Amino acid sequence: MHARADAADTAPNWPDDIFATLQRFDVRQVPYVPDAGHSRLIQRVLSSFTMRGIALTTEEEGVALLAGAWAGGQRGVLLMQSSGVGNCINMLSLIPILRFPFLTLVTMRGEWGEFNPWQVPMGSTTQGVFELSGVKVLRASHAAEVPVVLEAAAAQAYNALTPTAVLLSQRLIGAKVFTK
Amino acid sequence: MNKANLLDRRQVVSTLLANRKDVVAIGGLGASTNDMCAAGDHARNFYLWGGMGGAAMIGLGLALAQPQLPVLVITGDGEMLMGMGSLATIGLQKPANLSIAVLDNEAYGETGGQTSHTSSAADLVGIARACGINDSRAVTTMAEVEAFAKAVHDISAGPRFANVKIDSANLERILPTRDGAYIVNRIRADLGFQPI
Repeated sequence: MHARADAADTAPNWPDDIFATLQRFDVRQVPYVPDAGHSRLIQRVLSSFTMRGIALTTEEEGVALLAGAWAGGQRGVLLMQSSGVGNCINMLSLIPILRFPFLTLVTMRGEWGEFNPWQVPMGSTTQGVFELSGVKVLRASHAAEVPVVLEAAAAQAYNALTPTAVLLSQRLIGAKVFTK
Repeated sequence: MNKANLLDRRQVVSTLLANRKDVVAIGGLGASTNDMCAAGDHARNFYLWGGMGGAAMIGLGLALAQPQLPVLVITGDGEMLMGMGSLATIGLQKPANLSIAVLDNEAYGETGGQTSHTSSAADLVGIARACGINDSRAVTTMAEVEAFAKAVHDISAGPRFANVKIDSANLERILPTRDGAYIVNRIRADLGFQPI
């Protein structure tokens, strides 16, 4: 919808680092609700031969999709922004019940120089919602730490079936700039 | 509302699963999951006791992971209404091996029989078709149920959707296992996957 402050000329590499990690962990299904912060990663996924990007109408669809994918033998990852986490709450109950690997990458809004006050309430409760729902939270705030955080998150999610969310800080992504 | 000739839900579900071969079947939260169990427990039955609105998406995840297997979601009108957006998601992905059958009694049968939106307003067949699921059928006879059950095995022509008008009788509950990890791991084992 709106461009972020860091446009194409300063496009960061961290989304490519994420893509490489997901590829190495044999992630096949990538449900997403678009977010500007995820746009490059979504692009990489949609042009990949091994991953399938699946556009959702609401984020909870992605939780259920990953359960089905696992029953069918595939790993997935859910891409969303912080406001979508609230949409998932009841569906997150499938994770401990069905015990499937759950990894989600969440671009944060409502923090670090946010312009839009409507993003702040859900952005402020994102981590708490995950923790109350039994999902471990890791955070990456700088491009340099993205690879190690992703590696740890994917390892514990896929190897140890530890439900894990990686919060990609607004500090990392850049606060959205609203121009007239 | 014309309530004549409504179908018996158990008969519908046993017909859908009678000659199932390699079908993986997902039963939506509510009476549908019980109907599936009543038709006979099976290693490829994915019984849901929660996650209302998620049945069709679990079907999509399975169908994309196993494109050579027919995947059949059997759920109720209330459960489908809660996950209506997933029809648009499925319409976009067009998994050829996915079929969805909604058992539509126009009511929330598990919670006291409150009237649902399909009784006079929402047309799930029209919604599914408008979401890009071209093969969307309004089913009112057992012959149509049998035809749909056959079509489920054609993994090159889906996705397909059937809304089956059933009567609102409350039947004896036939309860499947409610151990979710067991249900998933049993399906995985039957498909040849090892435990982690």
